[in-house]
Amino acid sequence: MSGHDHDHPHGHEHSELSETELRVRALETILTEKGYVEPAALDLLIETYEKKVGPRNGALVVAKAWTDAGYRKWLLTDANPAIASVGYAGRQGEHMVVLENTPKRHNMVVCTLCSCYPWPVLGLPPVWYKSAPYRSRAVADPRGVLADFGVELPKETEIRIWDSTSEVRYLVLPMRPAGTEGLSEERLADLVTRDSMIGTGLPKRPEDIK
Amino acid sequence: MTEGAQDMGGVRGFGKVVPEPDEPPFHADWERRAFALTLAMAMPGGWNIDMSRSARENMPPADYLSKSYYQIWLAGLEKLMAERGLAARDEIESGHALHPPKPVKRTLSPDDVSKVLYRGGPTGREPKAPARFAAGDKVRMRNIAPPTHTRLPRYVRGHVGAIELVHGSHVFPDSNATGAGENPQWLYTVCFDGRDLWGKDADRNVKVSVDAWEPYLEPA
Repeated sequence: MSGHDHDHPHGHEHSELSETELRVRALETILTEKGYVEPAALDLLIETYEKKVGPRNGALVVAKAWTDAGYRKWLLTDANPAIASVGYAGRQGEHMVVLENTPKRHNMVVCTLCSCYPWPVLGLPPVWYKSAPYRSRAVADPRGVLADFGVELPKETEIRIWDSTSEVRYLVLPMRPAGTEGLSEERLADLVTRDSMIGTGLPKRPEDIK
Repeated sequence: MTEGAQDMGGVRGFGKVVPEPDEPPFHADWERRAFALTLAMAMPGGWNIDMSRSARENMPPADYLSKSYYQIWLAGLEKLMAERGLAARDEIESGHALHPPKPVKRTLSPDDVSKVLYRGGPTGREPKAPARFAAGDKVRMRNIAPPTHTRLPRYVRGHVGAIELVHGSHVFPDSNATGAGENPQWLYTVCFDGRDLWGKDADRNVKVSVDAWEPYLEPA
């Protein structure tokens, strides 16, 4: 980034944060004045990822895979059309691969180079996913990272880390918890946490949400 | 950028991961606006995702590590716009447009937002040649350190892994980021044994994969 000018009017009485706030405000004003952006389009972009697209999407996909063997197979072999059939597609999810957790293998997803994340099914990534501790340690000390999330897996369970270095986006299909026979897809989706679809968590058990 | 601060895999000393319960999508209003401005400006700006990533990571490590995520986005956006004469430094400092707008091909209209997001930006392309590798093949990550943008993380450089998935032919970021064209290449998932990456005392039940374009690979 370019150096910092020390003669501009909004000097040093502001914190680092308000410096940033002023800069973003200035940018939006300039770009709107020049006709490059329409504030109404910005509002819609924000509303989409704040209100409409989030991990509930992925949870519904997982719940469907838990209840429908045919769908599960489709999801694991050709994820994009299977996910689109539930209504989710688009930006940052153009090339989806779904990873099946089993008693022998636990999958966990990271992007060590930036913050690649499957937006259509999980929304925008949480701060920890984009943070240096996660990006640095997920590949080198995944059991330690899981411990940070309060998750301990048997030593014999293989931990399989997927570093999202391309435009392929990964979604973990967690194992269905015991004691959930007969639950509806909606109720099952309540058990599917965001972290369980990244691989840093496990689904809730039915007794956790009663 | 090879060896840049963004290339974090395996770097030590960053401490514990700190999850935030019930985390909101944004933590301040300026983050919302910076996010939306970045998405909306790609259309009039005419840059691609690889140019955006390159602009974000191309800064001194101390800057990269001391900025928050959306501050990095903002710095990247300012850089891309300055390079193209879309918003100059004096304008950002003054808070208003001081120079006439440059003609742009298109802008993002509110009516198009959901369509544009739903369509996304697929990177699959017709292959120009047959794939050199198949699932199960042993490959070595080439020992290369290009001075410009790359998606080859240094922690796998020189290491031997096995092809696990073949994803087809995709836009090659190393080329696309510099404006040299999409230059599509075969893309693979290459899987490594944790002990090959982190030493013989590392956990024997850890496997790590990266996605790698064919120019990153050689037969092993």
